[in-house]
Amino acid sequence: MDDYASDTDSDYTSYWRDWFISSRGNEYFCEIDEDYLTDRFNLTGLNTEVHYYQYALDLVTDVFDMEVDDNMREQIENSARQLYGLVHARYIVTTRGLAKMMEKYKQGVFGKCPRVICESQHLLPMGQHDIAKSSNVKLYCARCEDIYNPKSSRHNTIDGAFFGTSFHNILFQVYPTLLPKKTQRRYEPRIYGFRVHASAALMRWQEERREEMKDRLRIQNMETGFEDEDEGDDDIESEEDEEDEGRDGIDDMFEGRMQPVQ
Amino acid sequence: MSSSSQAPESWISAFCSLVGHEYFAEVSEDFIEDDFNLTGLQSQVPMYKEALEMILDVEPEDATDEEEEEEEEEEEDEDEMHDGQDGVRTGYRRSAEAAAAAAERSHLRMASDLSMIESSAEMLYGLIHQRFITSRPGIQQMAEKYELGHFGHCPRVFCHGAKVLPVGCSDIPGTETVKLFCPSCLDVYSPPNSRFQTVDGAFFGTTFGCLFFMTFPELDVGGTKASPEPNLSATLPNNTKDPRSSLSSSLTSQQQNPPPVPSSSKTPIPPPPTPQPSSINGVAPKNLAPGLGLGNIYEPRIYGFRVAEVAKTGPRMKWLRQRPTDVNELDECTIFDETQALMRTTDAGEGAGFPDSEMIDENAEVQGNVGEDQDMDASEQQVDAATGETIAQMRDVARRKSNRRRPANGLVNGESHGGTAVRVGDGG
Ligand SMILES: [Zn+2]
Ligand SMILES: [Zn+2]
Repeated sequence: MDDYASDTDSDYTSYWRDWFISSRGNEYFCEIDEDYLTDRFNLTGLNTEVHYYQYALDLVTDVFDMEVDDNMREQIENSARQLYGLVHARYIVTTRGLAKMMEKYKQGVFGKCPRVICESQHLLPMGQHDIAKSSNVKLYCARCEDIYNPKSSRHNTIDGAFFGTSFHNILFQVYPTLLPKKTQRRYEPRIYGFRVHASAALMRWQEERREEMKDRLRIQNMETGFEDEDEGDDDIESEEDEEDEGRDGIDDMFEGRMQPVQ
Repeated sequence: MSSSSQAPESWISAFCSLVGHEYFAEVSEDFIEDDFNLTGLQSQVPMYKEALEMILDVEPEDATDEEEEEEEEEEEDEDEMHDGQDGVRTGYRRSAEAAAAAAERSHLRMASDLSMIESSAEMLYGLIHQRFITSRPGIQQMAEKYELGHFGHCPRVFCHGAKVLPVGCSDIPGTETVKLFCPSCLDVYSPPNSRFQTVDGAFFGTTFGCLFFMTFPELDVGGTKASPEPNLSATLPNNTKDPRSSLSSSLTSQQQNPPPVPSSSKTPIPPPPTPQPSSINGVAPKNLAPGLGLGNIYEPRIYGFRVAEVAKTGPRMKWLRQRPTDVNELDECTIFDETQALMRTTDAGEGAGFPDSEMIDENAEVQGNVGEDQDMDASEQQVDAATGETIAQMRDVARRKSNRRRPANGLVNGESHGGTAVRVGDGG
């Protein structure tokens, strides 16, 4: 990472956030609005998470003007990055933040799914934990609903908590039209053209699970979400679109018992 | 793979050391010199003889002063190959004949000829390579590269860095670029680096991936590589954790008691109810897609709560990463027998539940381990008709509920043997 300190002294025109999001390796971050950062409510609880919280906040909002030695500067700098990341996780689930991340998603800034069958589906950054320093950022594919390691090592040191466990799922709640069609196509291991029994048996078993899921969805009058599936072969499906509107409420998103994570 | 410091580098080792050619094994000259191994290639590659000479460093004349730029030719080559799979063979033959005729007319070899030969040599080498890596010395060489991690690791988080293998999704050159097969999730991925996007998948072929893991059944295919997890060095040395910290995490904090969870530590999985067999369908259970199943499936959550299946944006793809905790559920023959017995006892009269169908056709499968000594020639496969029928019926049972039919994919390579299951060697 380049050193911000080296080119600061001049004046306040070089904003810390500009520098931060344009640094190599920080491509996944969007710029947090000044308004959001200066509203203390949005920062609730972070003062205990981040060392030199006030200095870090000053730095992020470009009002830090204290003379400090290099060592101290370095620590404040680190704290500022940490603070920015933690606020980022909250910001990207706001309306403004979601819109910014959605734009980046459309442009493919977060990369493409490495799974061949997903045909370069764009990815979204996510964390497996919401607590800082638990795990690195991962990339979520909405087509295969799985998570992947970033290709580049420069992204493999970013804390997943700076994106969090919810953001990528919320994005598709807010922009359901962005949700890609799922596919049932898959890779079938073969030897001289023949399926291999062990993997073929497993795949049949998996496909039974899939058909069971579809049955459950049909009982609920839900679309299955698979390509080439929801049109044509079923007459119930077409009528069910309208009825659907009502059941998009937030309550419906969760399993019946509202059961928290174990 | 460079062992040539004393002699001038051979064409083969030069080819294998090119950027982007890291996945290739060095085909031994013995293998190439055995005509049997080249059967049928003559008609697939233009300027076959010259190409073969080039690969073997047999200098026909003294024209060696041309330095060739390989990358460009590969692309031209691919363009030519793209016009239709049916046309490929005849197209090649025609161009081969034309080339041969041209070569006779002018026996002064021009630079353009040389570049044509060079690209033919690459094509020929690739096609020989496809065969070589399914031979004993070839698969052995690939095993060494695999062990050394030359092919990389699965990008999927829950595969925990399982090693992958280069494969083709087609055996016809010019169809698709090389892909990476992960034995831990049984899926294929694009290589992370774009330099592999010019490498033809047919040069590795559709058979190699599976054959490899059947040849080395003792290989532990699960990921062991510690993922680069607790490596968040870039941030500050702040170790104080306040549990009632952030808004969002306080909503989910039940989930994370010990923060630095190495992703390889899975959630404890309840032991399967019945004793597990040492082998299921010819594979040790621990090597049957160890990256799938409970604890290895991504669970979408919002503020710690699972997104329900019935939500419009709910999960739809979990099946792709599922695996039974009790692998006996995959023992289709036993289950079928049990189902049959059950049906006989319950309704003796109505036993015609199984439609005889054309589905048997798509059911051709290879069973069991392939011994290292096994000759993989297709003609030696034993056809086990009885098993084929059983499996087909079994599947009908499984499909009673769903009237959906999977598309009967044409077999990529090989014959269908009348649509019955096939056992390779000492299968099962
Ligand atoms: Zn995907
Ligand atoms: Zn994998």
